[in-house]
Amino acid sequence: MNIAVCIKQVPDTTEVKLDPKTGTLIREGIPSIMNPDDKAALEAALTIKDKLGAEVHVITMGPMQADAVLREALAMGADKAYLLTDRAFGGADTLATSTTLAAALSKIDFDLILAGRQAIDGDTAQVGPQIAEHLGIPNVSCAEDIEVNGKEITIKRWYEDRFHTVKVKMPCLITVLGEMNTPRYMTPGGIFDAYDTEVTDWKREDVTVDDTKIGLKGSPICVAASLPKSLKAAG
Amino acid sequence: MDFKLSQKHMMAQTLFREFTEREVGPIACEIDETESFPTQTVEKLKKYGFLGIPVPKEYGGQGCDTLTYVMCVEQLGKLCGTTSVIVSAHTSLACDPILKFGSPEQKQKYLVPLANGTHLGAFALTEAGAGTDSAGQQTKATRDGDDYILNGTKIFITNGKEADTYIVFAMTDKTQGTRGISAFIVEKGTPGFTFGTKEKKMGIRGSSTYELIFRDCRIPKENLLGQEGKGFGIAMQTLDGGRIGIAAQALGIAEGAFEKTVAYVQERKQFGKPISYFQNTQFLLADLATRIEAAKLLVYKAAMAKDTQKRFSTEAAMAKLYASETALEVTNKCIQLHGGYGYMRDYEVERMMRDAKITEIYEGTSEVQRMVISGSILK
Repeated sequence: MNIAVCIKQVPDTTEVKLDPKTGTLIREGIPSIMNPDDKAALEAALTIKDKLGAEVHVITMGPMQADAVLREALAMGADKAYLLTDRAFGGADTLATSTTLAAALSKIDFDLILAGRQAIDGDTAQVGPQIAEHLGIPNVSCAEDIEVNGKEITIKRWYEDRFHTVKVKMPCLITVLGEMNTPRYMTPGGIFDAYDTEVTDWKREDVTVDDTKIGLKGSPICVAASLPKSLKAAG
Repeated sequence: MDFKLSQKHMMAQTLFREFTEREVGPIACEIDETESFPTQTVEKLKKYGFLGIPVPKEYGGQGCDTLTYVMCVEQLGKLCGTTSVIVSAHTSLACDPILKFGSPEQKQKYLVPLANGTHLGAFALTEAGAGTDSAGQQTKATRDGDDYILNGTKIFITNGKEADTYIVFAMTDKTQGTRGISAFIVEKGTPGFTFGTKEKKMGIRGSSTYELIFRDCRIPKENLLGQEGKGFGIAMQTLDGGRIGIAAQALGIAEGAFEKTVAYVQERKQFGKPISYFQNTQFLLADLATRIEAAKLLVYKAAMAKDTQKRFSTEAAMAKLYASETALEVTNKCIQLHGGYGYMRDYEVERMMRDAKITEIYEGTSEVQRMVISGSILK
């Protein structure tokens, strides 16, 4: 069984401070981390690997520095890592991101794709489901538990005030809630191995996708302005 | 010359820091207060491979370098001196001598379970009359057929009652002085091997510090570590490595106390402003930060020397001397900056100062380190 896990490097928002004058985030010196929901998705994949045996592939799109989250995933127990990095991919909104990731994922022989529900920097929760749409596979979002039975997966899916139990056949994509599990720590030896493992870099020419669908050009969403919320008065 | 940590060392440092903050820090006060050994923490250390960091993978370890191991001991020491020394004594004093001096069979039988964390290790050299003068061993090992028979008592043994595998030193030939000392691997549960008093200590109170008693304890000759009569050299070389571990523990304690104090002085107000606004505070913090940085460079340098040089006694002695005296100086000054609150057990700097003191004493007192260093100058 091959499991692909989509992960994203994000600024650690618990460490982000606001500039009191401009109201914008001060990003300098803020550590980058693996997005917490994605880490839970990776832990879910590694748990399946421990129980049933699986090859876990991790993929991310981002600048060269995003290599660090892939190494972290390898140090936790992932088997292969892919970094989609090219200036042509830059400035992507969720649609362009999911298009690029889907094109890359189609190069991997996966049975299951796991992704975090949403990233703490963008909070859109769109990329996972969009990837499923591009690949034409079923998607179940907001999983709080996953159980693999042969070719079928039973998912406990969080839905507002209740849970749904959903069954889905592989191949499929599932987005995972951070609450699903407590991700394991890396091991020291795992870290050393991770830096001896080759991360596959995929550039623009390595993915088959139309120029108009990637990067800034492929992004219909344009953030016109980003403003701080005004504080609500007491009471 | 490059003073920058590699990517993998930085990642390991992050791992050790996060592990310490989540798993170790929250129970540090409790294990000190109740003098209880943190068994559950040791299980976690085992699970994540923290008990065999510098041991090659073929012997069940993680296959990392000494610097990575040292950073682990340092980070654990930031919040818990007890947990830090459990790892240091186990790795430096039990795994390392078997790795360096053990036979292939001994490595398979004893090092593998130590390095993968199934077993915990301890090192028994000190006796009532043989502290700094460790050559004055009274414990005897008498050859009897295919066995040695151990008789004697060891004191102040870290991981004492919790360990499974002990490196024990004894006189095989009293007429030969230091050349009559031999090292043995002793398993817990060997008939004739029992535990005496649990020591009541000033600091590192969760650490299991015991007296070990050997009464006609029969050890198979296969458990002789290295050659007969070479035990003193094994002890000294092992302690060279151990001192780097204790130096890292001391460094961690100093850093932990310093971080707590930096936060405290920005919150604590006197005369209408945070005490960090006073130049006395600022200058003191500057001095402490500088000392800590100097200690860190010595400790990391000694760690690298262990991996690249045949002998590293001087580097290890300098690191331990400076880091341990820094730990006591920094924790003392951190309590001063906390004022009366710092003297209270509710504030962790009080425990950190108690934990710091032992780093000037065990695995060679500061005086011994000065002897080693001056000996290398005036040879």
